Amino acid sequence: MATKSYIDAVREAMDLALEKDNDVLIFGEDVGKNGGVFRATDGLQAKYGEDRVFNTPLAESGIGGLAIGLTTQNYRPVMEIQFFGFVFEVMDSIAGQMARNRFRFNGTRQMPIVVRAPYGGGTKTPEMHADNLEGMVSQIPGIRVVMPANPADAKGLLLSAIESNDPVVFLENLHLYRSLKGEVPEGYYTTPLDKASVAREGSDVSIISYGGGVPVALKAAETLAKSNISAEVLDLRTVSPLDIESIGATVAKTGRVVVVQEAQRMAGIGANVMSEISERFILNLKAPIGRVAAPDSVYPFGQAENDWMIKADDVVAKVMEVVNYD
Amino acid sequence: MVDIVDTNKKALDFDNQIAAQDDTFPMLSVLAADGAIVDETAVKRAELDDDDLINIMKRMLLSRQLDIRSTKLAKQGRFGFFAPTAGQEASQMASSYAFNDDDWLMPGYRDIPQIIVKGWPIWKAILWSRGHVLGNVFTTADDKPVNSWMPQIIIGAQYVEAAGIALGLKKRQKDAVVYAYTGDGGTSQGDFYEGINFAGAYQANAVFFVQNNGYAISTPRRLQTAAKHLAAKGWAAGIPSLVVDGNDPIAMYLAAKEARTWATSGKGPVLIEAITDRLEPHSTAGDDPLRYRTQDDIDAWWQKEPLIRMRKYITTKGIWDQEKEDAYIAEVNTLIDEQIKIADNVPKQKISDFVKNTLEVPSYAMSEQIKRFESEGK
Repeated sequence: MATKSYIDAVREAMDLALEKDNDVLIFGEDVGKNGGVFRATDGLQAKYGEDRVFNTPLAESGIGGLAIGLTTQNYRPVMEIQFFGFVFEVMDSIAGQMARNRFRFNGTRQMPIVVRAPYGGGTKTPEMHADNLEGMVSQIPGIRVVMPANPADAKGLLLSAIESNDPVVFLENLHLYRSLKGEVPEGYYTTPLDKASVAREGSDVSIISYGGGVPVALKAAETLAKSNISAEVLDLRTVSPLDIESIGATVAKTGRVVVVQEAQRMAGIGANVMSEISERFILNLKAPIGRVAAPDSVYPFGQAENDWMIKADDVVAKVMEVVNYD
Repeated sequence: MVDIVDTNKKALDFDNQIAAQDDTFPMLSVLAADGAIVDETAVKRAELDDDDLINIMKRMLLSRQLDIRSTKLAKQGRFGFFAPTAGQEASQMASSYAFNDDDWLMPGYRDIPQIIVKGWPIWKAILWSRGHVLGNVFTTADDKPVNSWMPQIIIGAQYVEAAGIALGLKKRQKDAVVYAYTGDGGTSQGDFYEGINFAGAYQANAVFFVQNNGYAISTPRRLQTAAKHLAAKGWAAGIPSLVVDGNDPIAMYLAAKEARTWATSGKGPVLIEAITDRLEPHSTAGDDPLRYRTQDDIDAWWQKEPLIRMRKYITTKGIWDQEKEDAYIAEVNTLIDEQIKIADNVPKQKISDFVKNTLEVPSYAMSEQIKRFESEGK
């Protein structure tokens, strides 16, 4: 298996999808000749032509509408929102239209659309380019929200998202794009949607996280191991809907939980995980659930970002609290 | 001192730019309000034979009867949401006569009649108004697909989606277009511009209609924009745009037909602004037009409504009379009665189906809910 960066895995998935299915189209701002501002689509227009990989005018709502309209002609649109902070411009297409259409047409129309967008922070972008808005889109019935935490999952989950007949918001961590490398299986494969994965086995405490929070949790688990605390890390992978069975399994195994998210405490997915555990698995708990999240402020601009974002030390401290609770 | 050069003088002449807008958009008009022919050549260019003229008249009468009956049913509580259409028969039914089954319709919530003439049964329109999802299954009575989206509630959303259909039709090399409808208020939405601009940028197969009926609920057209003509907004997107007498069925048909030919030939979209009037309230949900316009104004528009001039035109041609009209109206009313019965007998919706239809593959929590509601027979 070759070692690849997160963004190379994303690109490889799109390349394979374009190769496999002529109905797959990729479009968005600057995705053509420029290959996207992060180069996620680099070389794809040259390989598959302007008919299948193309630039759009600069208007996110127009891009969303384009995707919905193209489904009527049996295309499978993979649309890019250049930064997920720009999602507000296309919220009607996502929440008001594509999420509702399967229900609205009584199951007679499919919405095989993937909305790809980079999210997260730590790369000193201008305002609105860094954000964690997954909580907002995860409260919309009718769409899936997928947030891979490593290159192998990025590839396999993106291929699953493209194969899915439901609309999928596919969020790619912009900090991990180039900083995270990992082994990626060759060729076409799919990783199941709606299924969490155990990123690290452990027995004393469960750290439940997703997307950019997972590498933070894994780093914390390394540190904790030195103090003989065995932390299991559950990577949710799909954050809406939640894989309740996998959450239940890890809670039953360790009885202690820390939920970790890069989003603000009041935002993100952590609260949903905690409420599912409280409702279904509370008798397995030996301690109150801990939570690590960013402060409840607006996502700060570039310079202060690194001070504001969650760190592995925060996770270690919270785990110690939960582990030492009697 | 050297005088400012002519081109610069022109560039800086703001007064002239404003004045020029009036002359830029002459109104296409073929039949006068009294049914007299304004332009014989335009009539020939429309290429409507006697059967076509009768069909357009019948479609407009169907729409008017649906309007009358739906308003009555709404007052009796037997209908759900209804947006009256009286006055807009030419901009809706004569324009849509220029399109065929392969073309895709993107309607707004007032554009129910255009979907019905595409084969969507009236009983489904009734269910749609009542909020029953079976109303949103776009098939004919004998289960053939109807190329229409649901009546869009979000003003402008149908325009951006139309751009996607238009691009798809072009990519699939179909001899077909998408035709989308919005109103004067709709042109103020960002999606209106994004839709025409995307379709223009891709030179895609679309015909966009703006039914300028004077009011967006209560807000008059003049408060929507400083633009003298809504059609001018199409020029900003670089597409042919025209103003049509929206109460003139022949002019509406002619504009739509030529726009369709243009759009299917790969030259890109066309924008058509139809000047008409919403003779009735915004909806049957309590809107009172006399809060924002005068009865005199409404009465004056009733004199210009499209059925009057079409009736006179085809009666003068000797192909229509009162007896034919009465017989057709009776036929339509019998049909509506039958369709109401069908709608009334459709089984109630189930909550378990709501959850089942939300995602193709239900989640763990959704599966629990489906099981629970099914066990309760809901």
